[in-house]
Amino acid sequence: MAEPVLEIRDLRKSFGALKATDGVSLHLVSGEIHALIGPNGAGKSTLIHQISGSLTPDSGTIHFLGQDMAGLDMAARAQLGLARSFQTSSLAQEFSALRNVMLAVQARQGSSLRFFRPVMRDRSLAEPAMAMLERVGLADRAHVPAEELSHGERRQLEIAIALALGPKAFLLDEPMAGMGPEGSKNLTGFLDALRREAPILLVEHDMDAVFALADRVSVLVYGRIIATGKVDEIRNDPEVRRAYLGEPA
Amino acid sequence: MSTALLIEQLLNGLQLGVMLFLMAAGLTLIFGVMGLINLAHGSFYMAGAFACATVAAATGSFWIGLIASLITAAAAGAIVEMAVIRRLYERDHLDQVLATFALILIFSEGTRWLFGSFPLYLDIPPLLQGAVPLPGGGQYQLYRLAIIGVGIVVAIGLYLLISRTRLGMRIRAGESDREMIAALGVDISTLYTVVFALGAALAGLAGALVGALQSVQVGMGEPVLILAFVVIVIGGIGSIKGALFGAVLVGVVDTMGRFLLPQALMLVLPPSQTALISGALASMLIYIVMALILAFRPTGLFAAQP
Amino acid sequence: MRQIVTREAITNAGLALLLLVVPLAASVMDEPFYVTLATRITVLALAAVGLNIALGLGGLVSFGHAAFFGLGGYAAGILATHAFNAQPLFLGIQATTSMPAIWLVAVVACGLVALPVGAISLRTSGVYFIMITLAFAQMIYYFAISWPAYGGQDGLSIYVRNTFPGANTAQPLPFFLICYGLLLLGLALFWALGGSRFGAALHTARQNATRLAAVGIAPFKIRLTAFAISAMVTGLAGALFADLNRFASPSMLSWHMSGELIVLIILGGKGRLFGPVAGAMLYVLFEYALGGITERWQLFLGLILLGVVLFARGGLMGLVAGKERYG
Repeated sequence: MAEPVLEIRDLRKSFGALKATDGVSLHLVSGEIHALIGPNGAGKSTLIHQISGSLTPDSGTIHFLGQDMAGLDMAARAQLGLARSFQTSSLAQEFSALRNVMLAVQARQGSSLRFFRPVMRDRSLAEPAMAMLERVGLADRAHVPAEELSHGERRQLEIAIALALGPKAFLLDEPMAGMGPEGSKNLTGFLDALRREAPILLVEHDMDAVFALADRVSVLVYGRIIATGKVDEIRNDPEVRRAYLGEPA
Repeated sequence: MSTALLIEQLLNGLQLGVMLFLMAAGLTLIFGVMGLINLAHGSFYMAGAFACATVAAATGSFWIGLIASLITAAAAGAIVEMAVIRRLYERDHLDQVLATFALILIFSEGTRWLFGSFPLYLDIPPLLQGAVPLPGGGQYQLYRLAIIGVGIVVAIGLYLLISRTRLGMRIRAGESDREMIAALGVDISTLYTVVFALGAALAGLAGALVGALQSVQVGMGEPVLILAFVVIVIGGIGSIKGALFGAVLVGVVDTMGRFLLPQALMLVLPPSQTALISGALASMLIYIVMALILAFRPTGLFAAQP
Repeated sequence: MRQIVTREAITNAGLALLLLVVPLAASVMDEPFYVTLATRITVLALAAVGLNIALGLGGLVSFGHAAFFGLGGYAAGILATHAFNAQPLFLGIQATTSMPAIWLVAVVACGLVALPVGAISLRTSGVYFIMITLAFAQMIYYFAISWPAYGGQDGLSIYVRNTFPGANTAQPLPFFLICYGLLLLGLALFWALGGSRFGAALHTARQNATRLAAVGIAPFKIRLTAFAISAMVTGLAGALFADLNRFASPSMLSWHMSGELIVLIILGGKGRLFGPVAGAMLYVLFEYALGGITERWQLFLGLILLGVVLFARGGLMGLVAGKERYG
């Protein structure tokens, strides 16, 4: 097997007596979608926060592209190519969709300490940003402020921003949440193709999407991974059925 | 240096700390419960001092003046809360800063209008005049000791109020979850008015007590207010325990700095420069302490939440 | 399509023109007082333009910008005093009364102070940031009044206004024109910053710092840079203010000054290019008009300010030009 893009070993994080992450190990290899599922409160978001750098684990290691992430903040990890979408969308609300994506293009070019040239006339920002909006189907809404976009459009915008970073891996935290059936179906098709650009660690509640997309699935319950495997293995795992799918053993 | 002098300075530091605690307790309570930053808190301090001085002069009794100061400051607090402050809870801190800055202008000019620009004077009550002997041969003003005593009583009282009473339970609930307390059927706007008036009364008490040590004048609340901010930033905003610890720390560090720095610098510097440098350094000392604490603990020593 | 000539642009041009024409006319009519009044507006506006970079663009509510205003003022005062007494500064370096050199010293000094102050303050946010910037300014204030070498509590007089090549700065009009030119430069800087890549990052830091970090830009670096630039512009205005009054006063460092600078921005419109200019005009005219009627003008200022905060959010520019849109 190729060296994993993202490798997490024995990660632990407690809040008081609550073990939110209790010895989690998992990895993400090139070309795959690795889905992380589990009931509410299982610690999925806590895990994503630690991987992206907004929470510091108590112990354990995270390696991205072979590099230890300890001591690197969120911005530094994003610079290395770890792109994240948020569970509840997190955008510059007063900026248009286009400017939100332009910011990502600018970050990727590594040039935020430029003080004079006006961004609105800078085609090296606007053109790639527009291309990303076109890819997610949001081009006709490019000049609408983020706060005026619909819920589903904001999720699309989150994806466009992540794409614009040209990342080496995606962390997508419930990208389907709150989308209609049509939107979910489109996004499923989109993510299916996206895995060829960079592998995806996908946290998702929509089981149809997970079973349609995932190469591998890990099941997180009470901060522990109770099973990892291919879709069929997970679907038929008795422990998973009992702990998560709510069926009697 | 003599032991008596050292003890005297320590007690002075403690007395300053107690004063700051009375101010900071109200500020931190108001921030913790309502999420409001109140620059006009120094105005209640001033109101308390003016009320005490005026009433004491009219009646001849410091004690009636003291009661008047509590009533005046609490009433001013309640009125200001109902007229202005409650419109600010949902606003951002910038709006709160500006509106309460405007209140300072109004209170200061209003007081100057009523009382003129000349300071008032307040005498130490006969009961508390005189001095107590200190170990080591010195003497210490009884009145200042009494202020320290008042501070200890208020600290214990606040602790009991918050941990043992129904009002305290509501205050604690209000700090952790505003929606829950509304769901419990507690009349939240009355609670807020009460908390604000309580904070104002503590500031008024502080002003009245200090009024007998200094002159009572417009603007007297401002330096104390800023020190009280330093106190609650050090202690952690929202924490009464932090306010107590921060107040004593600031009071003692400031007083001892002014006392000890010249003596310490005398050992390494020529006398001509000692006074110059130690004076400037002592006046900056608590801010340096604050910067150091915040550089390592950005939310203060006893922050209520991370 | 975006409108090219917006109501805001027209308002801005009108304000800029008004601020230039009134003192020119006053000068022709031999009313130097009004020229000085316009100069006061101009210098306070420049100070607030500086603060507006941190507060308006970056959302950093600095309650300590008086520190930089005063530092600039003392730079002018100290250099002028040394030059007047023909004392070298230190290491035999001669002081100067040349304004451009003084401005350079003021700006560099403010940048050097703003970096450590900002670095510590920006570890905090929200109310802590407001209070810690206030506390740092108080620290500098107390230092200034307890350090007797440069006047202590009495401040520092500038006996002869500093000089500018090719202009007689002792005359009100040439000095006004120098200040006006610098205000235009300050406004140009604010405008360029706001529209640049740096500005895009800074705007995002204000709206949503997590978003900024998630695309790989560290908010701390952006904010610290903005804080330092902001301090330098306010410091430049401080140097002009000291020259205007021929006096570097500790009151320039006081927390009332910090509050006034915020007031100017809010009266005019936070984050708006000409907000500080509109705010400074309103403020100085209030002060002048109310001050002529009653000694208690600050009482009425407080009431007006309270009314603006409670009922007229967005300030004057918000009333005239509506909500700001960023495209």
